[in-house]
Amino acid sequence: MVEGTGITRTRGTVLGSTRLGVLGGLALALVVLVAAAALIGAYPLSPGDIAQALARKLAGAPPQGQIDTVLFEVRLPRVFAAVVVGAALAAAGAAYQALFRNPLVSPDILGVSTGAGLGAVIGIFLSLPVAGIQLAAFMMGLATVGLVYSIASVVHGREPLLVLVLAGVVVGALAGAAISLLKILADPYDQLPAIVFWLLGSLSAIRKAEVWGATPLVLVALVPLVLLRWRINVLSLGDEEAKALGVEAGRLRLIVIAAATLMTASVVAISGVIGWVGLVIPHIARMLVGPSFDRLLPAAMLLGGGYLLLVDTLARTMARIEVPIGILTAVIGAPFFLWLLARGREGWS
Amino acid sequence: MKIPILAARRLGFGYGAKAVGRDVDLEVRAGEVVCLLGPNGSGKTTLFKTILGLLPAQAGEVFVDGVAMGQLTRPEIARRVAYVPQAHAAHFPFRVIDMVVMGRTAHLGLFATPSHEDRRRALGALTTLGIGELADIEYTRISGGQRQLALIARALAQDAPAIVMDEPTASLDFGNQVTVLAEVKRLAGLGLAVLLSTHDPDHAFSISHRVALLDAGRLIAQGSPHEVLTPARLLDVYGVTVAVERLSRGQTVCAPDFSGASG
Repeated sequence: MVEGTGITRTRGTVLGSTRLGVLGGLALALVVLVAAAALIGAYPLSPGDIAQALARKLAGAPPQGQIDTVLFEVRLPRVFAAVVVGAALAAAGAAYQALFRNPLVSPDILGVSTGAGLGAVIGIFLSLPVAGIQLAAFMMGLATVGLVYSIASVVHGREPLLVLVLAGVVVGALAGAAISLLKILADPYDQLPAIVFWLLGSLSAIRKAEVWGATPLVLVALVPLVLLRWRINVLSLGDEEAKALGVEAGRLRLIVIAAATLMTASVVAISGVIGWVGLVIPHIARMLVGPSFDRLLPAAMLLGGGYLLLVDTLARTMARIEVPIGILTAVIGAPFFLWLLARGREGWS
Repeated sequence: MKIPILAARRLGFGYGAKAVGRDVDLEVRAGEVVCLLGPNGSGKTTLFKTILGLLPAQAGEVFVDGVAMGQLTRPEIARRVAYVPQAHAAHFPFRVIDMVVMGRTAHLGLFATPSHEDRRRALGALTTLGIGELADIEYTRISGGQRQLALIARALAQDAPAIVMDEPTASLDFGNQVTVLAEVKRLAGLGLAVLLSTHDPDHAFSISHRVALLDAGRLIAQGSPHEVLTPARLLDVYGVTVAVERLSRGQTVCAPDFSGASG
């Protein structure tokens, strides 16, 4: 027995360091992707251009010419936005999947994306400025999840999670109907294309202000997820077991929902609705580092950030016109989802 | 006599407004195995959930270590009573050691993760149950019997003086049933208070100090296995004619009588 225990220990350590290695590899891959994405684009930059521009910036020298403008005002904000949006969607997805004990749940299960979509569509319909549209999307995303959560709290069911999901479906359907109505009422030449483009998701309009607006909110929402990482594992066993193990399940669930919703609403407000990332990325991360949330969260964020950066770089370079990013994530995500189904992965319920 | 670690006093239980049972008085003391028997739908699981504080009591009260459950927080309850649910399919492929170390949660700070000491205790619990070699295997890949043992190990890691087990032998093969029963007996020998439900009167005879018989939400009898599990009562509760026989080794078994069945 003693010998057996020793072998187990060694294997555990090896397993642990492999998983740390995976995280290191993902971080390295992200750095490489960021560097590559900064070079590529309609206005190609050489590594030398970037190095000189960065040196000028660090030295506090005044920006010179087009290179600095492209790099600091357009390219880098967009690269940074892709990483933040992807990481946030993946983190929220990982949290929701643990919470709902279902590996195939996405961050918009409680209607945050549909609500944010409705907010943005109202904003476009009212011809609000970009910042107003983003604020409307953000507020409506939060309000929708708040409404869903309130409905579920009023309806006392034996299965609080099921009630929550069903309330999300119902409220999401209502918001979807309102979006459709506004699409019909919208000006077909001016507003309708903007609505459609927003609902498909795109980072093409991202400037520095958007990135500076969303990133602090994402970081704030990340704090409780990091601090409560162990308890989120326990919560993923289900309410009753979590309570019996000493976790205040109801309160913890509210905190996780609030954090994941804030995170999703902040990024959806600047990027539009980007599907599949929050669904598929946490799943891949779980295959790489296992389900334990302390490793799953960083792995999902690194993967999600890298993935969305890759897809967005494709979106802005593969064709003469900009391809909406939501279309690309669906084209890549849907077959992967089917592959997961066909594989009949354990844990699918 | 010492105060019981777990006590239900005139407990009424059920879901929401729906009453499942009432007037249950039940005690479990240190070193004691109490077996709860009752037909399907008699309310065993609902009673257990109420005793664990997972459902609010509809009437009466549950006392843990002499303290009313309502005055204890979730972690305080979990440090006093551990729960072994029926072996279930996990949703995520946690390793067995991760599953067991979750038993330490009630001893951890709100933002803490398990320490080396916690992992050592979890591994110790697994080793105690003879499944230390499963530590790094995914919980989704082990057998039902091994899962039940892992859940018992988790309860041990929880380090509570009382353990409540919901049908720990259900869905186990014969060998694993005996393993689990032997473990329950050993735990009581170490001074733990164990409350478990079972469908098999033989299990009650082989390991329990006391038996409580639940029928339609009421405790209809409580006492030593021989007092409670008489052929007359088993006929009354289960509608089955049985012979209660003592084997030459001193063990008692229930043998159903099939002579009345056509065939």
